[in-house]
Amino acid sequence: MENNQDDTNIIEVKNLVKRFGKFTAVDNVSFNVKKGEIFGFLGPNGAGKSTTIRILTTLSLPTSGEAKVSDHDVVHGQDQVRRRIGLVAEKVILYNRLTADENLEFFGSLYHLPKKVVHERTEKWIYKLHMDEWRKQQVGTFSTGMKQRINIVRALLTEPEVLFLDEPTLGLDPQTTHVIRTFLRELNDQGVTIVLTTHDMNEAEALSDTVAIVDHGKIAAIDTVENLKKLVPNVKDPTLEDVFLKITGEETRDIASGKITSSRRFGPH
Amino acid sequence: MLNLIFDAWKIARKDLTEFIRDKLRLVTFIIMPIFMMTLVGFIFPSQNSLKNINIGVANQDSGKAGTTVVKMLENLKTNGSNVFKVEDYPNLDSIKEGIREQKISGGLVIPSDLTSTLASNKQADITIVQDQSNPQISALTNQILQQAVAGFGQEIGASKVRSLLVTTEKVSPQPPSSPLAFIQPIKSTITGLVSGKTNYFDFVASGIMAMVVMTAVLTGLAASVSRENEQGTLDGILVAPIRRLSIIFGKAMAQSIRGLFQGIIVLLLSVFLFGVTIHGSLLLVMLVLALGIFSFVGLGILVSAAASEQETATQLLFMFQFPMLFLSGAFFPLQQMPKIMQNIAHLLPLTYAIEALRKIMILGGGISEVRNELIVLVVFGAVTLIIALPLFNRLVKR
Repeated sequence: MENNQDDTNIIEVKNLVKRFGKFTAVDNVSFNVKKGEIFGFLGPNGAGKSTTIRILTTLSLPTSGEAKVSDHDVVHGQDQVRRRIGLVAEKVILYNRLTADENLEFFGSLYHLPKKVVHERTEKWIYKLHMDEWRKQQVGTFSTGMKQRINIVRALLTEPEVLFLDEPTLGLDPQTTHVIRTFLRELNDQGVTIVLTTHDMNEAEALSDTVAIVDHGKIAAIDTVENLKKLVPNVKDPTLEDVFLKITGEETRDIASGKITSSRRFGPH
Repeated sequence: MLNLIFDAWKIARKDLTEFIRDKLRLVTFIIMPIFMMTLVGFIFPSQNSLKNINIGVANQDSGKAGTTVVKMLENLKTNGSNVFKVEDYPNLDSIKEGIREQKISGGLVIPSDLTSTLASNKQADITIVQDQSNPQISALTNQILQQAVAGFGQEIGASKVRSLLVTTEKVSPQPPSSPLAFIQPIKSTITGLVSGKTNYFDFVASGIMAMVVMTAVLTGLAASVSRENEQGTLDGILVAPIRRLSIIFGKAMAQSIRGLFQGIIVLLLSVFLFGVTIHGSLLLVMLVLALGIFSFVGLGILVSAAASEQETATQLLFMFQFPMLFLSGAFFPLQQMPKIMQNIAHLLPLTYAIEALRKIMILGGGISEVRNELIVLVVFGAVTLIIALPLFNRLVKR
């Protein structure tokens, strides 16, 4: 993993809290993300990852606490934050009845980017993601992998300083997964900070410089992958999954109406 | 402000492109008003629309009077077509049997002594038999038959008076100018605000137009927002540096364009297929439709804000739409309703839009006649928007 991060924090989160009624989804969370790093944000279902990402991308307001992206407050400087980030959410943000080009033009226009600039930026990324020959086709005719690649191009139209990705390779075939992972590394080499939320431990381990493990709305551990592995000294050649299970336990998490309960306990790992 | 409008237009254009490319939605969108107008146009009969109605006539009179009545019924015409198709029946019971078997929609029994009774200057009695299983057709048929019998009676009366006058002229210093002045001393003349006859369809066309346009906006807006919310595409718009207001205005703009287009389809169908005459200004009709749409946008946003899923939005809207269909006076005049229902009806913007459209389309009213309705539509729209916009902001910040 190539490391081109510097010591400047591009994301600063301090005492962040988000409550939905009586349920606390994010519980006094603080962490920083360094400029140019790939930051893996891991946690079981309902741990508060997506809520934190929604706050950082200005899609949700925090109940209390502070968060800054590229020195701009996510509450008071929303537009500045929005111009500096790209979002690849869990659901693909594309319209099925528009062509790939039309989708990109539409989203580019929402950032007030001239058509020419949108085309230039599209050209820049679409070839690398092997989607150039499909530009004039309606997105509804695409496979999941093709949609996700156009979805990534859409998120990059603003030339973001920080790219947030929520499960970017979920449900994709190994070939597309490989293309996307290689692409993300290249992107990071060019200086783009990446915040990656995933349940795929191999992916997190392969890509991340720093990993934060969230559980019950709190940061349970945050460090480099190498350092985190030291938390499981009894395991020979530990993986990130061993660390994750050690920290978050082996119980499945079921969420209903904002309540999290533990259900079946599986046998020892 | 300009940016707000431009951003709204980008979203509207995207929504409309998506809509036009969805062939099934497009076809339903065009067919729905055609289907609705055709259905309403043909299921609600007017006197003019009654043609070739099967009636049974039991002419038991062997004299001239009975034959004259039958011929008169056979030759009764509306818009160039025969009103009745007369079938011979022997007596009252057979006519009743015919109605029961739904072979005929009513009947007439001419008594055997009709000619002789009239000749002896006595009052004769013709029996009209009605089909009580179909009150609407039956009421219209009865009316036409009664008018026909009364007309025939008048003719006989007039000829009798004429012969009487010959004898009374000698004694009366001032003989009447016409025998009808004896039989019917007072007659009434009906006049309207515009020339020509109007029928139920003229009444209902304006109601349907307002209803189709406004419900399209209401359902379309809520469905569009909740669909994007469900699919996740709304996040893509929300994460862009544009104002929340331009998102909802863009969605409202797209739905309004769709609604107006549907309104024009209904208008064209009414005029060219069902012969509705628009006595007032077409521009004013469009203004009412546009303000009607405006009055519904706030409600649409409220529903979108309340329901995060398309299905919930549809159910919520059904709750609004269903009572509105009956209460707004689209199909039945408000005056027929009890006072309390009339009061409730006047809380609905659709009622005002329909009233304004009727004043313009049927009575040839101008802007001064519909001023109050237009003010209500604007105020209703503004108030619901003021309530709805902060709620929408809350929805997207959840």
